[in-house]
Amino acid sequence: MVYSFLLLKIMHELSIAMGIVKIAEDETAKVKENTVTKIELEIGQLAGIEIDSLNFVWESAVKDSVLEKAIKEITIIPGKAKCADCDTVFYLENIYDSCPKCNSNFKGILQGKELRVKALEVI
Amino acid sequence: MCGTCGCGTDDNGPTILKPGEQPHNHVHEHTHDGIHFHSHEDAEHNHQHKVLKIEQDILQNNQVLAARNRGYFEAKNIFALNLVSSPGSGKTSILEKTLADLSAEIPFYVIEGDQQTLNDANRIDALKIPVIQINTGKGCHLESDMVYNAVKKLNIKDNSVLMIENVGNLVCPSMFDLGESKRVVIISTTEGEDKPIKYPDMFHTSDICIINKIDLLPYLNIDVEKLKNYALKVNPNLQFFEVSATTGEGMEAWYNWLKKNLI
Ligand SMILES: Nc1nc2c(ncn2[C@@H]2O[C@H](COP(=O)(O)OP(=O)(O)O)[C@@H](O)[C@H]2O)c(=O)[nH]1
Ligand SMILES: [Mg+2]
Ligand SMILES: [Zn+2]
Ligand SMILES: [Zn+2]
Ligand SMILES: [Zn+2]
Ligand SMILES: [Zn+2]
Ligand SMILES: [Zn+2]
Repeated sequence: MVYSFLLLKIMHELSIAMGIVKIAEDETAKVKENTVTKIELEIGQLAGIEIDSLNFVWESAVKDSVLEKAIKEITIIPGKAKCADCDTVFYLENIYDSCPKCNSNFKGILQGKELRVKALEVI
Repeated sequence: MCGTCGCGTDDNGPTILKPGEQPHNHVHEHTHDGIHFHSHEDAEHNHQHKVLKIEQDILQNNQVLAARNRGYFEAKNIFALNLVSSPGSGKTSILEKTLADLSAEIPFYVIEGDQQTLNDANRIDALKIPVIQINTGKGCHLESDMVYNAVKKLNIKDNSVLMIENVGNLVCPSMFDLGESKRVVIISTTEGEDKPIKYPDMFHTSDICIINKIDLLPYLNIDVEKLKNYALKVNPNLQFFEVSATTGEGMEAWYNWLKKNLI
């Protein structure tokens, strides 16, 4: 059970990594480049991606792609929400964290769901 | 703002930057109150690279296709449901029971997602409901383009209900919008009440939650109220239905919800 969950988790990050590779391939093809030296990613803390798992699958995902030699730089965007009941803006680690002031669970997520390729550095 | 990695001073708040495995050492520390320390340790590093600003959402491709599906469903007045759960919670059983009870009054179509086998599609086919099986192979979730292709094959009539049974997995399907009208998360009484906070994204993105296998409650010591409270903590708007696909108990309320959405 634990094993199969781990496997799923890794599959999940692998599919995300493949999505990143696809974007890099498409964007470099547009400008006729074929080696990326650095890729900048933005990943929100509430996006459901574990950086460790992403790092774990990265090497096999980028093999034989334009990203093979690229440095990966990840900006982690902390989760932030605004309470729908008392307007308090607060940071959250989990999507289910309640308002620290009034304990309400009703909130709007302001940031932390990002999953974005920010920039590519090519030679 | 760091000219090398572009981190820092972001308009929508503080960022924490992990240097990753780059050869030129960055020291980055950010705190939640916006204090930002930053230094580059290798002064000689030469920045003659060309930077392509991409700013593209990694799931954007799927989102664009989901929007296309959604437009198609709206134009044809198709009420599309995306059923998600762990393997074995009872997605196919709930479908079978629902189709058996309602197919005389509602035209149904079904898309079955599994990594392997046509088993679930065969179970639906036995009820004489049009069904397409998508086998995702290694893929652990359905994506919008798969649904689009299946929908084209199904040749769905206007004013009908499309049931999409996703791959049994509480992790990834939460990130992939299929263009559905509503998302239905199913959890069974054998799964433990803290599942909603262990897999919060699935409960956060769902509209209703069906708690299945209530016929087993006398044999289990699960606290259903506790399960609901955990789920409400994740998603205070979640609406619950407690059912048994086996005995049919509680199914009426779910049918009423379904019919109410077809008007
Ligand atoms: N006792 C009981 N068993 C159920 C119920 N619903 C489904 N099951 C059983 O749970 C197992 C998995 O059901 P299935 O519908 O295939 O789950 P799926 O993987 O989510 O599609 C099967 O053996 C079903 O007979 C229920 O309400 N009560
Ligand atoms: Mg099934
Ligand atoms: Zn509050
Ligand atoms: Zn830097
Ligand atoms: Zn910085
Ligand atoms: Zn550089
Ligand atoms: Zn997946």
